[in-house]
Amino acid sequence: MLYKRSIFYSHFSIKEKLNNLDYTLLFSILLLGIISIFAQFSSSGGVFDYYSTSHAIRFFIFFIFFLVISFTQIRIWNDYSLLIYLILLLLLFLVKFYGVESQGSRRWISLFVINLQPSELMKIGTILFFSNYYHRLSLSDVNKLKHLLLPLLALIAPVILVLAQPDLGTAILILFSGLVIIWLAGVKWKIFAYLSIIAITLAPIGISFLKPYQKNRILTFLNPDSDPLGAGYQIIQSKIAIGSGGLFGKGFLNGSQAYLNFLPEKHTDFIFTLFSEEFGFLGSVFMIFLYFLITYRMIRIGNLTRSVFGKLYCYGFATAFFIYVAVNMSMVLGLLPIVGAPLPILSYGGSSMLAMMFGLGIVMSCNVHRNDMVS
Amino acid sequence: MLNFNPSNIVSKTKTISRRMFLLSSLKVVILFGIFGRLASLQINNSIKYKTLADKNRFRETKISPLRGVIEDYFGTEIASNETIYQLHIIPENVSNINELFFKLKNLINLTDKKIFSLKKSITKKKSWDIIIISDNLTWSEFSRLNLFLHELQGALPVVSIARVYKDNSSAHAIGYVSEISPTDLRTKKYLNNLNIEGVAIGKTGLESLLDEQMLGSPGYFRYEVNAYGKKIKQVAFDKGLKGKTFRTTLDHNIQKFTGKLIENISAAVCVMDIYNGDVISMVSSPTFNPNLFVHGLSRIEWQELLDNKDKPMMNKSISGLYPPGSTIKPLTALSALENNIVNSKLLVECKGYIDFYGEKYHCWKKKGHGVIGMRRAIKHSCDIYFYEVARRLGIDKLALTAKKFGLGQKVLPNFQEEKSGVVPNVKWKLKQIGKNWYIGETLHSGIGQGYFLATPLQLCLMTAQLANGGFKIKPRIVIDDNNEANSLQKFLDYRKANPNDTSSIDEQIVNFKIEPLFKNQENVNFIKEAMFASSNEPGGTSYGSRHMDKQFMFAGKTGSSQIKKFTEEQREAEIKQENIAYMDRDHALFIAYAPVQDPKYAISVLVEHGGSGSSVAAPIAKQVIKKVIERHEIRTTHTNHSGQNV
Repeated sequence: MLYKRSIFYSHFSIKEKLNNLDYTLLFSILLLGIISIFAQFSSSGGVFDYYSTSHAIRFFIFFIFFLVISFTQIRIWNDYSLLIYLILLLLLFLVKFYGVESQGSRRWISLFVINLQPSELMKIGTILFFSNYYHRLSLSDVNKLKHLLLPLLALIAPVILVLAQPDLGTAILILFSGLVIIWLAGVKWKIFAYLSIIAITLAPIGISFLKPYQKNRILTFLNPDSDPLGAGYQIIQSKIAIGSGGLFGKGFLNGSQAYLNFLPEKHTDFIFTLFSEEFGFLGSVFMIFLYFLITYRMIRIGNLTRSVFGKLYCYGFATAFFIYVAVNMSMVLGLLPIVGAPLPILSYGGSSMLAMMFGLGIVMSCNVHRNDMVS
Repeated sequence: MLNFNPSNIVSKTKTISRRMFLLSSLKVVILFGIFGRLASLQINNSIKYKTLADKNRFRETKISPLRGVIEDYFGTEIASNETIYQLHIIPENVSNINELFFKLKNLINLTDKKIFSLKKSITKKKSWDIIIISDNLTWSEFSRLNLFLHELQGALPVVSIARVYKDNSSAHAIGYVSEISPTDLRTKKYLNNLNIEGVAIGKTGLESLLDEQMLGSPGYFRYEVNAYGKKIKQVAFDKGLKGKTFRTTLDHNIQKFTGKLIENISAAVCVMDIYNGDVISMVSSPTFNPNLFVHGLSRIEWQELLDNKDKPMMNKSISGLYPPGSTIKPLTALSALENNIVNSKLLVECKGYIDFYGEKYHCWKKKGHGVIGMRRAIKHSCDIYFYEVARRLGIDKLALTAKKFGLGQKVLPNFQEEKSGVVPNVKWKLKQIGKNWYIGETLHSGIGQGYFLATPLQLCLMTAQLANGGFKIKPRIVIDDNNEANSLQKFLDYRKANPNDTSSIDEQIVNFKIEPLFKNQENVNFIKEAMFASSNEPGGTSYGSRHMDKQFMFAGKTGSSQIKKFTEEQREAEIKQENIAYMDRDHALFIAYAPVQDPKYAISVLVEHGGSGSSVAAPIAKQVIKKVIERHEIRTTHTNHSGQNV
């Protein structure tokens, strides 16, 4: 087959591409983005300060970016996935040495105008890389030793680099994003069982590498009341905020826990807590529904798309997206230890927003170009 | 390329789809988990978390309520509130606490020791809690503080209100207030929400008895605070509820008069209205300055009060227990008459002593009274006569009468300091001492010695119930607004207004729901008449202290309660009380009612180690009786004015 190697070229016209957009997904994302702007506005105490303003600006810029990605050829991302992965890996290396340090960890790299957090982008980079890797691999080769070791290595390298920043939350999310695709590609149950056993036996060694505050967080999670003013404070205050929201919530801009600063990290990890305090159970359920709808639409796109790369990518990203949401919500609801994982789109953070919109854009591109072949 | 093999692609897609299905199912499960948790927090436990959120968000500063006042019968404030000047600080507003203390030391009276203890309490409390640096500044200290206030960042001069007692004479009856101790917090449940810096609670007397009602309920400022404890805004303010003000039956004027009269001796005086049981006066001496306790007194001052041999902290009128001595003789006689053991015509020969069962019993008069009847026996307080009466009567019957007239039980309801005294009988001794009763002890009891113990207020009540013709009264010191009209007074008024009522006295008694303590009122009248003789006929034991003026004329009975038994040698040498050691001298007692013609008040006087009742106690009673009767008119008109049936 012959086709021009232009990123926007395909046998679809622009009009057909517009028709091929999944508008349910598109409007869900837009709605979520608008809600996120209100949430950030409330988090800033009802004013458009630096946080809420830049969040709003970022969302609209990245939403346009998302639309642009949607119209790009899906095969481009297949072709460049290895390169993207390698560049991100390089950036992670650079962060280790030239990164910007903040609050005891080195996660950002200064790119003149913005500080980029490569680890956030690596969540997508891993999914792209593995989708491409298994796209090329035949099913019979998947369980061969060589093809088991290479992906494992490609996964462990960024995970260790992120862990070293240190950023336990993102490292875990990268690990899960990769594992999901390895699993979807058909790696045998047995292999996962073996890996689990190895992981469990190595766990004590791994724990010894954890920073004291990370260990503390896990201990605190197991019993938050043991130190209500110290490490358990965040979990307790988050539960109070959510619980006190009740069925209908305290109303927009009326969340006392957030407004009076009892809630920690309310712009980032605990933004759902703030939302839940102000809009109550009904608001929270609507929010969960919105995230579920986005996940569902992405899986649906995966079902429709014909290429293995597209399928793996959509399924992988949808699952990763779901994991991010589930981990963040479980965390603020006191079901998981506080590990530092943002809520997609809602949380403040440019790199996270960029990564999510980029990831969603590729999914949308799969939908637009669902019948395109990927070499 | 491998993946262009169509069958390969199909099988690969199948694997992916199958596994994706599994993953999706897992997602649904997780979603339900989150959903469930959300429901549990926001629906099931929402009230709990709402409370916790409010606890985070609101902080209350309690305001101490204004304490109720204690007034005397005429509305004069005996325990009142006055404006005082204080210095508070709120540690979070102070930039340098050491510097502040250094500056304050030059302005107000502040010892290093006090600074040390203040610093300690600052570290214990929250930084936004009020710390009272000085709770009673003089006006000059206060004005100096205000002058230099600009240099004293965090210092807060406060005009506050504290208890003040105008006079020390009522210190025992009224009691005093002082700061809350840890024990108070444990034992007094009503203090739960009153543990506010600066609140003083009643510790003794009426202040303690009426504490809960006088405290009132605290007000508060409610602030919204942020996570760092900074006040954002005031949300609510409640100035609290002033405590209840109580009117008492005491007459402050008489209290002061009596207090002055006995200020240099160790004594107690009680005066009671014989018809309604109002305690007109209740004074104990030596007294103390209750104001000292309000702002805290030093350990040395406290120790001095405790070590004083005359026990200034003790309310002798209700906590002092003394053998009633001869003041019980009217009761012994009444008991014998009522039980028909003897009649008033019984004659006994007094030779100064008598032998019973091989033991010698003495009369106070060494030479004896000769052959003597009951009236004269009371008038002269002959011991021999009452030995004989008691012997015939027996202790159990005597005890019954004594209890009926108010001995052996508390007079005022719930007064924590009051003691109930002892009215001995056979059973009591067996139970308390574990020994059988001896007949000799009956003889001693007949003249109020032995195991008998009574408080001056009990003796006063006993006298009052004799004086009013033998009717039971319920003594009180606090006027309760909804007290029902006194039925005894009504009964007597009715009798006066309708002297020709044909119905029998018994019927009238039933109609008026009053409780007579006699079987035959003639017996009570006989005893009253004998007491009259004791005070107003030559040779009577208190004849020397009598009032000539009919208006003040009283009928009384002297008594001396023995501390130490005389030895035979002392008796032979006729040792005078003044010549033995102070602590061994008898307590002097006197009971009386007045005026004789139309009795209104009963009085009891006790002088510790005073010697004889006739020479020490009766003269005090004489003066107090005059004062009380002089004020009778004012008292009754005041009753009419206030429109209360009291």
